[in-house]
Amino acid sequence: MVRVIGFLVGLVFAGVLLISLISGVATNLSSPPAPLASEEFHKHPKPLRLASDGPFGKFDKAQLQRGFQVYSEVCSACHSLKLVSFRDLKELGYTDAEVKKIASDWKTQVPSINPETGEAAGRKALPSDNFPSPFANETAARAANNNALPPDLSLITKAREGGAAYVYSLITGYQPQPAELLKKFPDAKTPQGLHYNPYFANLNIAMPPPLTTAGQVTFADGSPSTVDGMAKDVAAFLAWTAEPNLESRHAAGVSVTIFLLLASILGYLAYRQIWHDAKRVVRVTGPLEAENQAKSRSAKAKQGVAG
Amino acid sequence: MSFSWAKPYEPKHPVMKWVDERLPLPRVVYGAIGGGYPVPRNLNYWWNFGVLAGIFLTIQIVTGIVLAMHYYATTDGAFNSVNQLIMRDVNAGWLLRYAHMNGASFFFIATYIHIFRGLYYGSYKAPRELVWMLGLVIYLLMMATAFMGYVLPWGQMSYWGAQVITGFFSAFPVIGEPLRVFILGGYAPDEAALTRFFSLHYLLPFVIAGVVILHIWALHIPGSSNPTGVDVKDEKDTLPFHPFYTAKDGWFAAAFLLVYCVVTFYAPNYLGHPDNYIPANPLATPAEIVPEWYFWPFYAILRSFTFDFILPAKLWGVLAMFSSILLLFFLPWIDKSPVRSGSYRPVFKRFFWLLVVDVLVLGWCGGGAPTPFRAALGQISAAYYFLHFLVILPLVSRFETTLPLPNSISESVLHGEAAEAAPAGQGNTRGGSVATATAH
Repeated sequence: MVRVIGFLVGLVFAGVLLISLISGVATNLSSPPAPLASEEFHKHPKPLRLASDGPFGKFDKAQLQRGFQVYSEVCSACHSLKLVSFRDLKELGYTDAEVKKIASDWKTQVPSINPETGEAAGRKALPSDNFPSPFANETAARAANNNALPPDLSLITKAREGGAAYVYSLITGYQPQPAELLKKFPDAKTPQGLHYNPYFANLNIAMPPPLTTAGQVTFADGSPSTVDGMAKDVAAFLAWTAEPNLESRHAAGVSVTIFLLLASILGYLAYRQIWHDAKRVVRVTGPLEAENQAKSRSAKAKQGVAG
Repeated sequence: MSFSWAKPYEPKHPVMKWVDERLPLPRVVYGAIGGGYPVPRNLNYWWNFGVLAGIFLTIQIVTGIVLAMHYYATTDGAFNSVNQLIMRDVNAGWLLRYAHMNGASFFFIATYIHIFRGLYYGSYKAPRELVWMLGLVIYLLMMATAFMGYVLPWGQMSYWGAQVITGFFSAFPVIGEPLRVFILGGYAPDEAALTRFFSLHYLLPFVIAGVVILHIWALHIPGSSNPTGVDVKDEKDTLPFHPFYTAKDGWFAAAFLLVYCVVTFYAPNYLGHPDNYIPANPLATPAEIVPEWYFWPFYAILRSFTFDFILPAKLWGVLAMFSSILLLFFLPWIDKSPVRSGSYRPVFKRFFWLLVVDVLVLGWCGGGAPTPFRAALGQISAAYYFLHFLVILPLVSRFETTLPLPNSISESVLHGEAAEAAPAGQGNTRGGSVATATAH
């Protein structure tokens, strides 16, 4: 009974799937899906090597400090960094005094209240504060940015396919719209107020090119500042904001891997020892197979017993 | 419990003796996973994954309890409690979270291998039907727990995944929509849904642990199956679980945990989706909503029904998706072949491997954007899935000519040296006295 019902259910499901398949194929043949500019001209991120890559990767602190400088002088005009606090900057090599100064000099104040009147007010940031957002709320951010919302950057390298390489490619990927694209998709012209960028999913991004000229940021350590270099530095910095524990994770990973490797080897040797008397090669094909018989004979010959 | 030669528990230490007389818990443990449980001596490494699944259940419960101490189940606080508090401020919080995230994936890897091992070696057949069915109950509970756990960080995929999966219920006529609203506690996932998912996500693992105990209990009545599928006949066929299988499981668990740790420490987000690092936004639908990888095959089945044939396509999809798991409960009665092991079933074996490929293809189809090719391939694979279990399997079990089975487990393993095979720990078989060797 179970099998009869099952048999029918199976045939019904397979039949409905067949109808779905046929109708789907028919639709695709009669009106093939129109090609999209965003499928044909979208590019995968350019390769980017960072010091933090790989199982032994560590952050390049000088690069992170440069990246932080790019963030604070350029990106932070629009993008928040809500999950990171000023005291975290000590991990980039800043001293307590420097962190305190960075916090109190920060261009946006921390929302607070006036202690006497209780009215909304602002105060200078402390090292224990998270980075204050450049806009009071989403509506203010949209109002200032042509109705686009600049995303928070704290986790951006984990929140985008391609990670830091995506950030780097996007910042350096602005270019005029290719003539080839317009020839093929005349309707796909980048709308007013948007910018063509082949690394962005739908090719037209609201963010204007943030890094345009060499020397836009004057690095405190005197490093030359090129657009490409600044983009790499800020991508490295954002890799740190997304994954500040990367170094301890890598270090712990090495010890755990070595420990488990040794445990596996010792465990395997113990297993061999315990099974020494009971062990035979498992051949589910049976004892009478020629190969197994040969094994059996050679094992016996080795022990000097007749078989 | 199972065999007459199972060693009874003999407490050595007076304290254990004292305890055992009052509460025979040590006796139960000894009989379940100690020297008192005789196991077929020919198990291969596919039999290690049940224990591994148990290890991952433990890892999930331990890391989960600590994570729950730092988690806020509110729509305002959830994302930040995970991504700031736990990932940045809690000592080793990043380790707990990544271990928990990837632990879920590896729990499913171990469980899927365990299930497919059962399918190949006919572990669902009499007398182990209830073992199989309890296992499926565990699997269903795991799926519910994993789904609700994925909602908790309240990222984009959490929110939209919850939206899509609870939307399944609205496919049913009349009761569907009220049922969905009842489950969510609202018209869309919100505070009410998040808090109840958290509550259930904490509860269900303990329910799983309870069903695991029943699963093992039911297993220990007939004893473990084995690669030949032949029943255990006498003491020569078995070895005590401890130390033999504890040693085998032990080293293999360390090796499997090594893989798990390499992923956890060096590619912790590889198995996840980047969109879940974007806070949930009910106003912005992601370009593509995909569940976690372990649901991809079922998601492909759901999406494959695109034609309103009598019933709406969505209802077909939901019915088929639930059926794809529910039909496994009937497997012991669908596959009537008396031969358990796929190794002795040449036709079954081919279809089994085809099913493995089919499920992998379904997974690939469910994990990406439904392009015309992917959609068509998904439909073909979904059809094969149902045909395999409901049409092919009953026919194969009826018409297949099986290969001859070995007379006994010990004979299949010991190359015919049965006489040499003294029960473990009773004499050295390698150094073999001439008397035992010549008996062959």
